[in-house]
Amino acid sequence: MTTIAEPRAPHAGRRRGSTRGNTELAGWIFMRASGVVLIVLIFGHLFVNLWAGEGIHAIDFGFVAGKWASPFWQVWDLLMLWLAMIHGANGVRTVINDYAERDTTRHVLKGLLLFAFLVVVVLGTLVIFTFDPCPPGSPADLLPSFCTA
Amino acid sequence: MPTAPTAPAGTLYRGREGMWSWVAHRITGVAIFFFLLVHVLDTALVRVSPGDYNDVIGTYKNPIMGLGEAGLVAAIVFHAFNGLRIILIDFWAKGPKYQRVMLWAVIGLWALTMAGFLPRHLMHVFGGGN
Repeated sequence: MTTIAEPRAPHAGRRRGSTRGNTELAGWIFMRASGVVLIVLIFGHLFVNLWAGEGIHAIDFGFVAGKWASPFWQVWDLLMLWLAMIHGANGVRTVINDYAERDTTRHVLKGLLLFAFLVVVVLGTLVIFTFDPCPPGSPADLLPSFCTA
Repeated sequence: MPTAPTAPAGTLYRGREGMWSWVAHRITGVAIFFFLLVHVLDTALVRVSPGDYNDVIGTYKNPIMGLGEAGLVAAIVFHAFNGLRIILIDFWAKGPKYQRVMLWAVIGLWALTMAGFLPRHLMHVFGGGN
Protein backbone atom coordinates (compact mmCIF):
# COMPACT_ATOMS: atom_id res chain seq x y z
CA MET A 1 0.00 0.00 0.00
CA THR A 2 1.53 3.27 -1.12
CA THR A 3 1.26 6.20 1.22
CA ILE A 4 0.91 9.55 -0.45
CA ALA A 5 3.18 12.14 1.13
CA GLU A 6 1.69 15.01 3.09
CA PRO A 7 1.38 18.23 1.10
CA ARG A 8 4.56 20.26 1.46
CA ALA A 9 2.64 23.40 2.24
CA PRO A 10 0.99 22.86 5.65
CA HIS A 11 0.56 26.64 5.97
CA ALA A 12 -1.99 26.57 3.15
CA GLY A 13 -4.65 26.39 5.83
CA ARG A 14 -6.43 23.91 8.02
CA ARG A 15 -8.85 21.61 6.31
CA ARG A 16 -12.38 22.49 7.16
CA GLY A 17 -15.67 20.89 6.35
CA SER A 18 -16.52 23.58 3.91
CA THR A 19 -14.64 26.11 1.81
CA ARG A 20 -17.37 28.69 2.30
CA GLY A 21 -16.23 31.76 4.20
CA ASN A 22 -12.63 30.87 3.43
CA THR A 23 -10.31 33.73 2.51
CA GLU A 24 -8.46 31.40 0.12
CA LEU A 25 -11.74 30.90 -1.73
CA ALA A 26 -12.22 34.67 -1.91
CA GLY A 27 -8.70 34.94 -3.32
CA TRP A 28 -9.41 32.22 -5.87
CA ILE A 29 -12.52 34.05 -7.06
CA PHE A 30 -10.69 37.40 -7.04
CA MET A 31 -7.96 36.04 -9.35
CA ARG A 32 -10.58 35.11 -11.94
CA ALA A 33 -12.76 38.23 -11.63
CA SER A 34 -9.82 40.68 -11.59
CA GLY A 35 -8.18 38.75 -14.43
CA VAL A 36 -11.11 39.42 -16.76
CA VAL A 37 -11.18 43.14 -15.86
CA LEU A 38 -7.37 43.37 -16.23
CA ILE A 39 -7.55 41.97 -19.78
CA VAL A 40 -9.73 44.95 -20.76
CA LEU A 41 -7.65 47.50 -18.82
CA ILE A 42 -4.20 46.27 -19.91
CA PHE A 43 -5.10 45.55 -23.54
CA GLY A 44 -6.56 49.09 -23.70
CA HIS A 45 -3.42 50.50 -22.03
CA LEU A 46 -1.12 48.70 -24.47
CA PHE A 47 -3.24 49.67 -27.47
CA VAL A 48 -3.26 53.39 -26.63
CA ASN A 49 0.39 53.61 -25.47
CA LEU A 50 2.21 51.18 -27.78
CA TRP A 51 0.07 50.61 -30.86
CA ALA A 52 -1.85 53.80 -31.63
CA GLY A 53 -0.13 56.87 -33.05
CA GLU A 54 3.65 56.87 -32.78
CA GLY A 55 3.74 53.99 -30.28
CA ILE A 56 6.55 53.99 -27.76
CA HIS A 57 8.20 57.01 -29.44
CA ALA A 58 5.31 59.26 -28.44
CA ILE A 59 5.67 58.55 -24.72
CA ASP A 60 7.12 61.45 -22.75
CA PHE A 61 6.04 63.76 -19.92
CA GLY A 62 3.64 65.62 -22.21
CA PHE A 63 1.96 62.34 -23.23
CA VAL A 64 1.39 61.28 -19.61
CA ALA A 65 0.21 64.76 -18.61
CA GLY A 66 -2.22 64.80 -21.54
CA LYS A 67 -3.70 61.46 -20.47
CA TRP A 68 -4.00 62.30 -16.77
CA ALA A 69 -5.68 65.61 -17.58
CA SER A 70 -8.73 63.40 -18.05
CA PRO A 71 -10.41 61.76 -15.04
CA PHE A 72 -11.21 58.85 -17.35
CA TRP A 73 -7.55 57.83 -17.64
CA GLN A 74 -6.89 58.63 -13.96
CA VAL A 75 -9.58 56.15 -12.93
CA TRP A 76 -8.44 53.67 -15.61
CA ASP A 77 -4.83 53.73 -14.39
CA LEU A 78 -5.78 53.70 -10.69
CA LEU A 79 -8.00 50.64 -11.20
CA MET A 80 -5.28 48.97 -13.28
CA LEU A 81 -2.64 49.69 -10.60
CA TRP A 82 -4.68 48.26 -7.73
CA LEU A 83 -6.11 45.23 -9.53
CA ALA A 84 -2.79 44.32 -11.18
CA MET A 85 -0.84 44.68 -7.92
CA ILE A 86 -3.30 42.61 -5.86
CA HIS A 87 -3.60 39.99 -8.63
CA GLY A 88 0.17 39.86 -9.13
CA ALA A 89 1.11 39.86 -5.44
CA ASN A 90 -1.42 37.12 -4.70
CA GLY A 91 -0.02 35.08 -7.59
CA VAL A 92 3.56 35.47 -6.34
CA ARG A 93 2.35 34.56 -2.81
CA THR A 94 1.05 31.28 -4.24
CA VAL A 95 4.39 30.63 -5.95
CA ILE A 96 6.30 31.35 -2.69
CA ASN A 97 4.00 29.01 -0.75
CA ASP A 98 4.66 26.29 -3.32
CA TYR A 99 8.44 26.45 -3.47
CA ALA A 100 9.80 27.97 -0.23
CA GLU A 101 9.67 25.02 2.16
CA ARG A 102 11.52 26.46 5.16
CA ASP A 103 9.33 28.61 7.40
CA THR A 104 11.91 31.40 7.69
CA THR A 105 12.53 31.57 3.94
CA ARG A 106 8.82 31.69 3.26
CA HIS A 107 8.12 34.35 5.87
CA VAL A 108 11.00 36.55 4.71
CA LEU A 109 9.95 36.28 1.04
CA LYS A 110 6.33 37.04 1.86
CA GLY A 111 7.43 39.96 4.05
CA LEU A 112 9.44 41.39 1.13
CA LEU A 113 6.47 40.84 -1.16
CA LEU A 114 4.13 42.71 1.20
CA PHE A 115 6.67 45.55 1.51
CA ALA A 116 7.04 45.88 -2.29
CA PHE A 117 3.25 45.71 -2.67
CA LEU A 118 2.62 48.51 -0.17
CA VAL A 119 5.38 50.78 -1.52
CA VAL A 120 4.28 50.44 -5.14
CA VAL A 121 0.53 50.77 -4.49
CA VAL A 122 0.89 53.79 -2.17
CA LEU A 123 3.46 55.50 -4.43
CA GLY A 124 1.44 54.85 -7.60
CA THR A 125 -1.80 56.09 -6.03
CA LEU A 126 -0.12 59.26 -4.73
CA VAL A 127 1.44 59.93 -8.14
CA ILE A 128 -1.91 59.67 -9.94
CA PHE A 129 -3.68 61.98 -7.46
CA THR A 130 -0.96 64.56 -6.76
CA PHE A 131 0.28 64.82 -10.34
CA ASP A 132 0.88 68.37 -11.61
CA PRO A 133 0.84 68.49 -15.45
CA CYS A 134 2.44 71.95 -15.44
CA PRO A 135 5.14 71.98 -12.71
CA PRO A 136 6.44 75.55 -12.24
CA GLY A 137 9.95 76.28 -13.46
CA SER A 138 10.01 73.47 -16.06
CA PRO A 139 11.08 74.11 -19.66
CA ALA A 140 7.92 74.79 -21.68
CA ASP A 141 8.93 72.42 -24.49
CA LEU A 142 8.73 69.44 -22.11
CA LEU A 143 5.21 70.31 -20.95
CA PRO A 144 1.86 69.61 -22.61
CA SER A 145 0.64 72.43 -24.87
CA PHE A 146 -2.27 73.36 -22.56
CA CYS A 147 0.18 74.60 -19.87
CA THR A 148 1.00 77.78 -21.81
CA ALA A 149 -2.63 78.50 -22.72
CA MET B 1 9.56 -10.81 -7.92
CA PRO B 2 9.09 -7.09 -7.22
CA THR B 3 10.34 -4.79 -9.95
CA ALA B 4 12.69 -1.95 -9.19
CA PRO B 5 11.01 1.45 -8.95
CA THR B 6 11.25 3.39 -12.16
CA ALA B 7 10.76 7.04 -12.96
CA PRO B 8 7.06 7.89 -12.99
CA ALA B 9 5.60 7.50 -16.42
CA GLY B 10 3.81 10.38 -18.07
CA THR B 11 0.21 10.80 -17.05
CA LEU B 12 -2.77 12.68 -18.44
CA TYR B 13 -1.30 15.73 -16.70
CA ARG B 14 2.44 15.28 -16.25
CA GLY B 15 4.46 16.38 -19.26
CA ARG B 16 1.32 17.18 -21.19
CA GLU B 17 -0.52 20.33 -22.26
CA GLY B 18 -2.07 20.76 -18.79
CA MET B 19 1.31 20.86 -17.05
CA TRP B 20 3.15 23.01 -19.60
CA SER B 21 0.41 25.63 -19.78
CA TRP B 22 0.55 25.82 -15.95
CA VAL B 23 4.35 26.26 -16.04
CA ALA B 24 4.07 28.96 -18.73
CA HIS B 25 1.31 30.73 -16.78
CA ARG B 26 3.53 30.89 -13.67
CA ILE B 27 6.66 32.06 -15.50
CA THR B 28 4.81 34.76 -17.48
CA GLY B 29 2.92 35.85 -14.35
CA VAL B 30 6.04 36.30 -12.21
CA ALA B 31 7.86 38.10 -15.06
CA ILE B 32 4.94 40.50 -15.59
CA PHE B 33 4.78 41.20 -11.82
CA PHE B 34 8.45 42.23 -11.64
CA PHE B 35 8.05 44.44 -14.71
CA LEU B 36 5.01 46.04 -13.05
CA LEU B 37 7.07 46.99 -9.97
CA VAL B 38 9.68 48.70 -12.18
CA HIS B 39 7.03 50.28 -14.40
CA VAL B 40 5.22 52.01 -11.51
CA LEU B 41 8.57 53.30 -10.20
CA ASP B 42 9.62 54.72 -13.60
CA THR B 43 6.21 56.33 -14.09
CA ALA B 44 6.48 57.86 -10.59
CA LEU B 45 9.32 60.01 -11.98
CA VAL B 46 6.67 62.30 -13.52
CA ARG B 47 6.37 63.55 -9.94
CA VAL B 48 10.11 64.35 -9.78
CA SER B 49 10.48 66.43 -12.95
CA PRO B 50 9.52 66.28 -16.64
CA GLY B 51 13.20 66.09 -17.62
CA ASP B 52 13.97 63.14 -15.32
CA TYR B 53 10.91 61.25 -16.57
CA ASN B 54 11.84 61.84 -20.22
CA ASP B 55 15.44 60.74 -19.62
CA VAL B 56 14.44 57.43 -18.04
CA ILE B 57 11.56 56.69 -20.42
CA GLY B 58 14.00 57.48 -23.25
CA THR B 59 15.94 54.33 -22.37
CA TYR B 60 12.76 52.31 -23.13
CA LYS B 61 13.02 53.53 -26.72
CA ASN B 62 16.33 51.87 -27.62
CA PRO B 63 16.17 48.70 -29.76
CA ILE B 64 17.19 46.28 -26.99
CA MET B 65 14.44 47.55 -24.70
CA GLY B 66 12.11 47.51 -27.73
CA LEU B 67 12.68 43.77 -28.05
CA GLY B 68 12.13 43.42 -24.29
CA GLU B 69 8.77 45.18 -24.67
CA ALA B 70 7.85 42.75 -27.46
CA GLY B 71 8.65 39.88 -25.06
CA LEU B 72 6.65 41.54 -22.30
CA VAL B 73 3.61 41.96 -24.55
CA ALA B 74 3.98 38.33 -25.70
CA ALA B 75 3.98 37.22 -22.03
CA ILE B 76 0.96 39.40 -21.16
CA VAL B 77 -1.07 38.17 -24.16
CA PHE B 78 -0.36 34.51 -23.33
CA HIS B 79 -1.17 35.03 -19.63
CA ALA B 80 -4.41 36.82 -20.57
CA PHE B 81 -5.72 34.20 -23.02
CA ASN B 82 -4.59 31.25 -20.92
CA GLY B 83 -6.28 32.94 -17.93
CA LEU B 84 -9.56 32.89 -19.87
CA ARG B 85 -8.91 29.20 -20.59
CA ILE B 86 -8.45 28.54 -16.85
CA ILE B 87 -11.76 30.32 -16.12
CA LEU B 88 -13.52 28.19 -18.75
CA ILE B 89 -11.99 25.00 -17.28
CA ASP B 90 -13.27 26.05 -13.83
CA PHE B 91 -16.74 27.30 -14.68
CA TRP B 92 -17.79 25.76 -18.03
CA ALA B 93 -19.14 22.23 -17.62
CA LYS B 94 -17.29 21.03 -20.73
CA GLY B 95 -14.14 23.05 -19.91
CA PRO B 96 -12.05 20.16 -18.54
CA LYS B 97 -12.98 18.03 -21.55
CA TYR B 98 -11.81 20.67 -24.01
CA GLN B 99 -8.86 22.05 -22.02
CA ARG B 100 -6.33 20.70 -24.53
CA VAL B 101 -8.17 22.08 -27.56
CA MET B 102 -8.52 25.38 -25.71
CA LEU B 103 -4.73 25.56 -25.22
CA TRP B 104 -4.31 25.37 -28.99
CA ALA B 105 -6.95 28.09 -29.32
CA VAL B 106 -4.93 30.19 -26.83
CA ILE B 107 -1.77 29.67 -28.88
CA GLY B 108 -3.63 30.54 -32.09
CA LEU B 109 -5.15 33.73 -30.63
CA TRP B 110 -1.73 34.61 -29.18
CA ALA B 111 -0.09 34.25 -32.62
CA LEU B 112 -2.86 36.33 -34.22
CA THR B 113 -2.56 39.12 -31.63
CA MET B 114 1.23 39.16 -31.91
CA ALA B 115 0.96 39.28 -35.72
CA GLY B 116 -1.11 42.44 -35.29
CA PHE B 117 1.16 44.01 -32.70
CA LEU B 118 4.73 43.01 -33.57
CA PRO B 119 5.20 44.54 -37.07
CA ARG B 120 3.81 47.88 -35.92
CA HIS B 121 5.79 47.93 -32.65
CA LEU B 122 9.02 46.91 -34.39
CA MET B 123 8.43 49.67 -36.96
CA HIS B 124 8.12 52.15 -34.08
CA VAL B 125 11.30 50.78 -32.46
CA PHE B 126 13.50 50.29 -35.54
CA GLY B 127 11.81 52.66 -37.99
CA GLY B 128 13.72 55.61 -36.57
CA GLY B 129 10.53 57.66 -36.65
CA ASN B 130 10.73 61.04 -34.89
